[in-house]
Amino acid sequence: MQRLLSSQKVLPYLLILPASLFLAAFFFVPFVQVVLAAFTSDDGFTFTHFRTMADDWKFMPALSNTLGLALVVVPIQITLALVMASLVTRLRRGRDVVLYVFTIPLGISDLAAGLIWFALLEQNGFLNSILYGLGIIPGPQNLLDYRNTAGLFVAVVIAEVWRATAIVLVILVAGLGLIPKEYDEAAEVFGAGPLKRFFLITLPLLRPSLQTALILRTILAFEVFAVVAVVAGNNLPVLMGETYAWQFDLQDHKVASAYAIVILAISLAFTVFFLWVLRDRTREAAA
Amino acid sequence: MMRRKQGTMIALAALTLAFSVAGRAEAQGLLFWSTQAKPVEETQKMRTEVLGGFGKPVDYYGNDAGPFFTRIQAELKAGKGTIALLGGLHGELASLSSDLVDLKDVLSATGDAKINPTLVSLGTYGTAEQKYLPWMQASYVMAANKEALQYLPAGADVQKLTYDELIAWGKAMREATGSPKIGLPAGPKGLLHRFFQGYLYPSYTGSVVTKFRSPEAEAMWNAFKMLWEEINPASTNYGFMQEPLLTGEVWVAWEHTARLQDALNQKPDQFVTFPAPAGPAGRGFMPVVAGIAIPKTSPNVEEAKALAAYMLKPETQIATLRATSFFPVVEVTLPDDMPAAVKMSGATVAAQSAAPDAKPSLLPVGIGGLDGKFNKVFIDTFQRVVLRGQDVRQVLDEQAATLKDIMTESKAPCWAPDKTSEGPCPVE
Amino acid sequence: MTSLATTEAEASARAEPRSSGRLVMASAVIVLVAWVLVPIYLLVVNALGSVAAVTAWPKALVPEFDLASLAFFANYAGVPRALLNSFLVAGLTMVLSIGLGAPAGYALARFRFPGANLFRLAVLMTRAFPLPLLALPLTVLFIRVGLDDTIIGLALVHTTLAMPFAVLIMASLFMSIPEELEEAAWTLGCSRLSAFRKVVLPLALPGIAAAGIFAFVISWNEVFAAAVLTIENKTLTAFLLQSLDVSPLPLKFAGGAVLIVPALLFLFAVRKYLFSLWGIANR
Repeated sequence: MQRLLSSQKVLPYLLILPASLFLAAFFFVPFVQVVLAAFTSDDGFTFTHFRTMADDWKFMPALSNTLGLALVVVPIQITLALVMASLVTRLRRGRDVVLYVFTIPLGISDLAAGLIWFALLEQNGFLNSILYGLGIIPGPQNLLDYRNTAGLFVAVVIAEVWRATAIVLVILVAGLGLIPKEYDEAAEVFGAGPLKRFFLITLPLLRPSLQTALILRTILAFEVFAVVAVVAGNNLPVLMGETYAWQFDLQDHKVASAYAIVILAISLAFTVFFLWVLRDRTREAAA
Repeated sequence: MMRRKQGTMIALAALTLAFSVAGRAEAQGLLFWSTQAKPVEETQKMRTEVLGGFGKPVDYYGNDAGPFFTRIQAELKAGKGTIALLGGLHGELASLSSDLVDLKDVLSATGDAKINPTLVSLGTYGTAEQKYLPWMQASYVMAANKEALQYLPAGADVQKLTYDELIAWGKAMREATGSPKIGLPAGPKGLLHRFFQGYLYPSYTGSVVTKFRSPEAEAMWNAFKMLWEEINPASTNYGFMQEPLLTGEVWVAWEHTARLQDALNQKPDQFVTFPAPAGPAGRGFMPVVAGIAIPKTSPNVEEAKALAAYMLKPETQIATLRATSFFPVVEVTLPDDMPAAVKMSGATVAAQSAAPDAKPSLLPVGIGGLDGKFNKVFIDTFQRVVLRGQDVRQVLDEQAATLKDIMTESKAPCWAPDKTSEGPCPVE
Repeated sequence: MTSLATTEAEASARAEPRSSGRLVMASAVIVLVAWVLVPIYLLVVNALGSVAAVTAWPKALVPEFDLASLAFFANYAGVPRALLNSFLVAGLTMVLSIGLGAPAGYALARFRFPGANLFRLAVLMTRAFPLPLLALPLTVLFIRVGLDDTIIGLALVHTTLAMPFAVLIMASLFMSIPEELEEAAWTLGCSRLSAFRKVVLPLALPGIAAAGIFAFVISWNEVFAAAVLTIENKTLTAFLLQSLDVSPLPLKFAGGAVLIVPALLFLFAVRKYLFSLWGIANR
């Protein structure tokens, strides 16, 4: 038994067994039912539901808005989180207070974050009140006008960056802590400037955490919905919103399942891409 | 240090487990699963002031459509349920109708209460069974800030407005204040689809299905585009018009009576309510009907029926009106101390249906679970024609095809304002 | 605390050649702190505002401490119970996702085995799939096996949401811990298990804390499954958030504030665990 447990071949499978069993019970069984719903009708296998989905005039805007939001939001969040993380590590005093403040948005659900930003940006909201108080605008301006898709897009980006950068930050901070300070100090002794040290030492050593943060954040970005619904109303359709609409308002479980599979497919494609781009090249060389 | 952290972790885990195992045992009341009275204050009043008098404990929950349907569908599928009673709109209960208990016996047991017969027949969905009992009703009316009245076009009577006058009124307000002052609930939680189905289409075409793509409808959409010029563009974010009315963002609005109540109750002297405008074919308007149903998986059908009967008692109906601003479905004499919103909107609803040019619409009866898709036809047409500026004729033709599919699939005959049809309601 | 003292000692030991750089850094920190806090401050202003203030134009930026809206929630039946439920579900989710996720994360980090990538993708798929669609089959299952309307049942669902975070974060953390440290412990006579406990675990604590925090907040903020899967045992989020978006403005903001305060207190309580990593890295 002891030998079996420590065997290199068996041990990893034993370690992933509990998690695998858990996922099999609580994810795969329901998941298979949803996939079946998406691909079958009364007469067997079919693509009808996917066709219904793609023929709907909202499908293309939803797809491009979702992809567009992810492509804009995620890089901003990664950069901002890197800046925040390196600032925090360099602070001499008040580190834990600052870090705490940076993680606060974690405790705020997407719907609540949407409400907060809507209160800021709406016609009689705080931003307009401040601008008015400063004499910049003559009266309430509609910042969330449906005719101004770019403006709506920017508003959603701001709210999403505010809400979800903390997720990336926490992952990166945990990773940064494991990089031995000696590397950095050695490089400093050899005269490397802070920027050079960041790009040549910190960033490469942070790769595993960066990869994780990137993958998780991108997957979550494809599921963006509540913030968009509150801030932009119906004017910025997204995939997840359409999934909800087909499932609950239109009572068509099958088309909703088709949408879910599209979201899954995009997420998987990006995940595989990130796994490949940020793979551990040193290990490959060693093996 | 390490030890202590592990210690706290383990203690926390043990505590959590202990609690979670102990969680379930408590005595449960009848579960009343609803989509109505969702705002926290209304839920609170439903629980204390309306259901408190039933004598047995009732758990009332107001839900979004998502959790509402997921939960009841799961219970029906599992064949075992905790939901005793369902409360929902006519359109919401439609998709569940084959899994609802026949409530005819409850109807005959409430002999002394005079229940509105039109609403009772709506509750059959055209079958021989009483799928739901009418629970409460409302309608949509117009509300205006008194500031707005000075800009009414010459000769217009606000109580007998036409759509052309509304456009002129909006124009006058926009020119005087610099921003459009009419609002519509066109946000994700708004009820704008009812405006097209029950107000605009009947007023312009005297129909909602048959003449969906008629020349009259084309003229109607073009007129509506003119009206939209006078509508606050923030409307696409509005769910409930009471808020923009209170802030003054909007001066004139069309809205569900229950969704105006905060504005009317907080500043009764600041607002007036009046019937919806009339178009070339009359003054279209539409009721809102919420019903009570009992799912076949109800754990206690007899008590649920008793609760359903209790909900129809005149006293309960008045308490419900106070809690939700939805009107009774049985004949009652209202006490004098009703909230301002109830008095104002009640008078307006009565005036609206008594107008000489009234053009009442019914709710869709035979389309069952396709209700949501039926709504989507109208909202999509609006979004494409008005918000995205697509060609009216082309959009109407495309959406008419979808509408036709819905009618063919459901085989639903026409309902008012369309003339009754043999077989599925045609889209000309 | 010790870590803070070390940092300050270090700081004074070093020269201070770049005060302009420090100024830039300080202002960056201030800007970023304001970026996070100002929207929350404004929520508080709204939550503490009277009905008239919330709908006023232009809006005041100073709270007027009208407690009417907040008082409504204090008297709202079921709030304390729901609050307790939220903590229980979130705590249980935390324990479950760390317990299941840590071994799997370690396996992904330390072993190259056939199926590793498949497992990684499978874990991620749970997160990439819209939960509302899974809720229906899961509820049917739970009703049949009697897990319906229990805290543990809801925690199980929340764990499927949190586990991808736990597995991946811990995998990346274990990967960053030099394998040599562990191997050294083996040569010194430690078994694999005790080497893990004595060498790897202390180093990985911040990562475990991060995964735990995620599990907690994911569970805390989750509305949909909670609204469907629990009735008597509703969590605070399901209890309040669902109805907030259709409630009148003042209650909307007050309820929002009520919802986030406990989560903020939790984050404050656990920040040390997250922070302890510098204690290690700085030595």
